[in-house]
Amino acid sequence: MADDQEVIEQPAPKEIIAPGYTFGTVTDQIATVVLTKRTPWFWFGGFAVGFGLLLLFLLAVAVLFVRGVGIWGLRTPVMWAFDITNFVWWIGIGHAGTLISAILLLLNQRWRNSINRFAEAMTLFAVACAGMFPLLHLGRPWLFYWLFPYPNTMGVQPNFRSPLVWDVFAVSTYATVSLLFWYVGLMPDLATLRDRTHSRFARFVYGIMAMGWRGSARHWSVYETASLLLAGIATPLVLSVHTVVSFDFTIAILPGWHSTFFPPYFVAGAIYSGFAMVLALAIPLRAVYGLEGLITDQHLDNSAKVMLATGLIVGYAYILEAFTAWYSGNVYEQAVMWNRMTGPYRYHYWSLVFCNIVAPNVLWFKRVRSKPALLFLSSIVVLIGMWLERFVIIVSSLAQDNLPSSWRVFEPTRWDWSTYFGTIGLFLFLFFLFIRLLPMISIFEVRTLLPQAKVGEEAQG
Amino acid sequence: MIKPIYGVMAEFDNPTALVNAARAAREKGYRKLDAYTPFPIEELSDALHLHKNKLPLIVLFGGILGGLTGYLLQYYVTVVYFPINIAGRPLHSWPAYIIITFELTILFAAISAVLGLLALCGLPMPYHPAFNVPRFALASRNRFFLCIEATDPLFDREQTCGFLETLEPREVSEVAH
Repeated sequence: MADDQEVIEQPAPKEIIAPGYTFGTVTDQIATVVLTKRTPWFWFGGFAVGFGLLLLFLLAVAVLFVRGVGIWGLRTPVMWAFDITNFVWWIGIGHAGTLISAILLLLNQRWRNSINRFAEAMTLFAVACAGMFPLLHLGRPWLFYWLFPYPNTMGVQPNFRSPLVWDVFAVSTYATVSLLFWYVGLMPDLATLRDRTHSRFARFVYGIMAMGWRGSARHWSVYETASLLLAGIATPLVLSVHTVVSFDFTIAILPGWHSTFFPPYFVAGAIYSGFAMVLALAIPLRAVYGLEGLITDQHLDNSAKVMLATGLIVGYAYILEAFTAWYSGNVYEQAVMWNRMTGPYRYHYWSLVFCNIVAPNVLWFKRVRSKPALLFLSSIVVLIGMWLERFVIIVSSLAQDNLPSSWRVFEPTRWDWSTYFGTIGLFLFLFFLFIRLLPMISIFEVRTLLPQAKVGEEAQG
Repeated sequence: MIKPIYGVMAEFDNPTALVNAARAAREKGYRKLDAYTPFPIEELSDALHLHKNKLPLIVLFGGILGGLTGYLLQYYVTVVYFPINIAGRPLHSWPAYIIITFELTILFAAISAVLGLLALCGLPMPYHPAFNVPRFALASRNRFFLCIEATDPLFDREQTCGFLETLEPREVSEVAH
């Protein structure tokens, strides 16, 4: 009977990047973006916008230092609004970078190799922007080190039972681990830049940063172990960070916050907004620098699918949120939910439902996913939607608390907006510096995607 | 008197040729071998017998140390150094310690992974004799190098060069110290 068995041939794996590349052309194309003396106008334009907004941020921070947090629209009972909203939004955006670099590495999704570098950079800069808000909200930001347990003459220590202290540890660990992971990934590429540049100064700087990497087989073997271990370490970390962020709310007993499904809901939302940011950055970059052969339509398609999947999880969470409030039989929970839908924040609520649940459904269609311009547009819609979601969760629960006599609608001031747009400037500023000074695509990992990188049959022994 | 050299190096075009050459050199009895490639090649690690390293152990110890640090720090602060009685709740509130214990486990493990990587590779190392070969700059672009070091007991300047020539490289060069 064995003869009757059909042999099903495994289909040949699809090539991830466009045909025709060699090790040399891949290296040159990515390295030239950094090593060329000619900077495209797009770069100057983007950098100017980023730098302008960064100056606005510095102004807003200077005014804050002089006059205190009263310059923001914070009035009882809404004692944190934009600051925590923006913090959660930025941290969430960072999550896609770690997901791409760590989780997709463990799952052997090799297409990630051409988008992981700039996604990780996005993570770092997003976490830097996120960190600004809790620090500035401290009131006396220059005493931020009081958050850490260190021996001091005051004889006091942080309260380790508070989710706000957990946040300090979670976010600073996340920033450190992301930086280490990113730097380890950069080392071989820094060596490439060191060997390719003609400028003595650049060779010195890249040489110091590459630490003398020379691509030895002994080093590669340890290196592969290290990146696998770092990916394994970063995977639970990325899932835990937004969980801890959601504890800021769930541990409180405020109606609308005190809920057990917040952790998975926040993590899905984080990945959702993060992939939207990845698309919003990748689409213009690949067009300007002619990288369509490396960041292909397949990459955009895959990212859009991840966005759609996480978007549906977020949509499910909204439905569950409303259902739980109704099913709990708790009048306060029900009132908060009803207020969100029909109260002073109803426009925000229904816009977020449109942006996060209705609009992304166009991604079901292959025709939409294959048009970069439409994808770009839908990722911007998702970014706005996710910002509104954080805003509605945080502010609408606070503005209408248990005591109707203290209700007050939050009015953002111009300094709220300046600080928020200022961090977008900080992000763009850092990101544009990054694409000018460091390779935005991991060169050595893209080399491994080429068909020539496979060792031939006769050598397999 | 001839100046001593670091070793001899052969340059190849593609990973298959390099892996074949590495295997041939191992069979010939050479042990002080190293290869330089623009990306990691698993078959090469097999050919050079490079599969075991101590990094996982280092990371394990780092993680355990981090976890202990996190837990004991919180225990010491909340129970011994700065106890606060809140409605008679237990001072040793271990469920609340889990998150910081977890975060410090991750942090210490990641830092020990990176420091362990650098230590096991002997980096940072700004100078290495391999960089004296002018074409070695291509090892980070598209060329594959095999180096037999002079410390190998079988090493003989002429014979080893001759052996590398038989592997059909693009070029064989001596690596000066």
